[in-house]
Amino acid sequence: MNARIPHRLVAATAVAAASILALSACSAGSSSGGGSATSDAVVIGLTGEPVNLDFTTTSGAAIPQVVMNNVYEGLVTIDQDGELQPQLAESWEVSEGGTVYDFVLQDGVLFSDGEDFTADDVVFSIERVQSDAWLNGTKSKMDVVDSVEAVSDTEVRVTLSRPSNAWLFDMGTYVGAMFSETGVDDLATEPIGTGPYTVESFVSGDRITLAGRDDYWGEEPDITDVTLRYFADAVASTNALRSGDVDMVYNMQAPDLMGQFESDEAFQVIEGTSNGEILLSMNNKVAPFDDVRVRQAVMYAIDRQAVIDAAWAGYGTEIGAMVAPTDPYYEDLTDLYPYDPEKARELLAEAGAENISITFDVPTRPYATAVSEIVVSQLAEVGIDASIQSSEFPAVWLDKVFTQADYQMSVILAVEARDVLATFNNPDYYIGYDNAKIADQVIAADSGTPEEYVSGMKEVVRTITEDAASDVLFLFPNLVVAKAELGGIAANAVTESLVLSGLTWTD
Amino acid sequence: MARRLLSSLGQFLATLLVATALIFVMLRVMPGDPAVVALGINATPEALAQWRTEYGTDQSLALQYLQWMGGLVRGDFGTSYVTSQDLSPLIADRVQVTLILVGLSMVVALLVAVPLGVLAAVRHRYPSGVVLSGISQVGVAVPNFLVGVLLVAVFAVHLGWFPSGGWVAPSDDPVQFLRRLVLPVIALGSVQAAIITRYVRSAVLEIMREDFLRTARAKGLTKGAALVRHGLRNAGVPVVTIVGVQLAAMLIGSVVIERVFVIPGLGSLLVDSVGNRDLLAVQAIVAVLVLLVIVINLLVDLAYTVLDPRLRKAA
Repeated sequence: MNARIPHRLVAATAVAAASILALSACSAGSSSGGGSATSDAVVIGLTGEPVNLDFTTTSGAAIPQVVMNNVYEGLVTIDQDGELQPQLAESWEVSEGGTVYDFVLQDGVLFSDGEDFTADDVVFSIERVQSDAWLNGTKSKMDVVDSVEAVSDTEVRVTLSRPSNAWLFDMGTYVGAMFSETGVDDLATEPIGTGPYTVESFVSGDRITLAGRDDYWGEEPDITDVTLRYFADAVASTNALRSGDVDMVYNMQAPDLMGQFESDEAFQVIEGTSNGEILLSMNNKVAPFDDVRVRQAVMYAIDRQAVIDAAWAGYGTEIGAMVAPTDPYYEDLTDLYPYDPEKARELLAEAGAENISITFDVPTRPYATAVSEIVVSQLAEVGIDASIQSSEFPAVWLDKVFTQADYQMSVILAVEARDVLATFNNPDYYIGYDNAKIADQVIAADSGTPEEYVSGMKEVVRTITEDAASDVLFLFPNLVVAKAELGGIAANAVTESLVLSGLTWTD
Repeated sequence: MARRLLSSLGQFLATLLVATALIFVMLRVMPGDPAVVALGINATPEALAQWRTEYGTDQSLALQYLQWMGGLVRGDFGTSYVTSQDLSPLIADRVQVTLILVGLSMVVALLVAVPLGVLAAVRHRYPSGVVLSGISQVGVAVPNFLVGVLLVAVFAVHLGWFPSGGWVAPSDDPVQFLRRLVLPVIALGSVQAAIITRYVRSAVLEIMREDFLRTARAKGLTKGAALVRHGLRNAGVPVVTIVGVQLAAMLIGSVVIERVFVIPGLGSLLVDSVGNRDLLAVQAIVAVLVLLVIVINLLVDLAYTVLDPRLRKAA
């Protein structure tokens, strides 16, 4: 057989292969994977990658999820039970009138760039939230601060313009993050804080790695090498867990896949609590939902437990109102609107809205698609014909529903902590709830004693719910699946933050 | 040759101009405000206005297009709307990933398809040839993401032989790099192998009926020797054409495989960028894809002249 052409073929193939390998000698897609091989390393699978690491200019829960309590710390922090705990402030005192806070700071705290953390940094950080440098709208939570001054290197006095029960809690979220005066040049990629970790690398489209600090002021974490990997698809993340590529999947978005892990001893399944409410929003400003009776009819028409069972495999908790059970003013309001299709039909008849048709804008998210189908069938039972219109999330949904409020009904997972007021105490918000009844009550509650705050807020929430401003279908579970040997998992998402420092391998 | 290059360059510029103008307009007709997506639900109106001024999205479309084209000429893709980072290094990095994936898959596909296609043609009257032909027919019909999902289920999750996905830069760890490439390359390459096998088979069948091959046999060459010495080169032209077409399709189609295997390539960046309304990134990626497709076409043209000297004179 003539060997001439085969030689050429071989040569051509070799050239092709060699050129590909030559190309690969460069650091194409410098990213890594692989489950942890050592006891001080862990790989965590997450959904929803942050676009950058700067929450002062970019909103979205993915950023504080990574950096809060891990890279940045606050004067105070919120623990797994939703309770306020000291962090960079060793202690604090509140004046008689509730407007003056005196904080005593931890001594010997260093930022990751080597600078000392002092009272000046606290002044800098709080004033920066109020300045134009912060673009994130949550900066309004700092509006109540009148002045902040450094009394000594370790003492800070914050004066509020009026007493506020919400402010100190907010200081435990990312609004209260402490920055170094010399460390805010490149917040998008190089955050500098006092926390136990620093960001080692950020490869967009794939992963973020965090490294433990040797000079951390508190107890150094067991696990010093943390890799956060981002999966667009829940099946891909569970495959990675099964094949040992990741050690834990946090905030799992495919509850149907949980069963296979629950029956497997190599894994643990945790249903943590969260601040996320699945909110069936009704535009209070447009027909037919400008009539309170129609909104109430929707509340009666929907069997929330059936929604949880059908849409989210039974994971999730009925809460009845837009308050998470970990919040101090939580009250079980699930009995306010029991499932009662007969009552719903009566209310619709009373409102002259029998056999109506509405449009239901459903964002392209797994939970929203799952929820929408059963909601539509339950609404049909009482004579509301809802036709689903898919809205690309985030771009189209934010534009059409959220910004222009050009919708009748929608559904969204509202993830921010303590967001009941942001959602309903603003008539210009896309819900369009007329807040005349609650506005004064809200200020009175926030300015009162802690007891008055709790009772006042309960009343506010009850009013909002009685008015059927929107239907809170259920509290979204924070589903976590991990290898059985991984301990110290902070499964309760009480703030946006995923606290990593407690993680440890138990054998 | 110079004239051919010049005309290719002209063709490239014209295609690029049309493609960029099209994508530019389409992106701006699409609903969704980039400023709102970039800053999120908590953005204040002032912040949105400031953002639009900073990124120039409040300027006229014509001006925005000219500025972008100006940047392209200088090799500057601009700044990402969402990460505020320079796009050029990001895209350069992602393009390498996709090229490695697509290139290796095509090499594997050819190594499988050429021998199998020839065999299927030579033995087309025998059961083995018919079976080969049937398998390739099935292979053409199977979508590559399905192959990917099945491969992960069997070889990563069940058997644990290979990682289920992810990417390791070759310079970081060459062994892990290759291990992670095995499944995606098989997923992407197997379907291509099936397609190309069919083309090789029909090209070789065609050649076998040609007079020159009969003459070669008459001169005493065996069937195999005649085919190798005179046939394959002639069968190469249609096969090279289909390889070019498939390479272009794979560059775009690899996005599905990149998603299944969590590979940070150009395709996944494109999907993310469209979702985030990172318009400049989308435009840059499309421009790069257009460039790559044109380069592939140019290489295919060159390959013709290597395979068939008669085409050299035509050029």
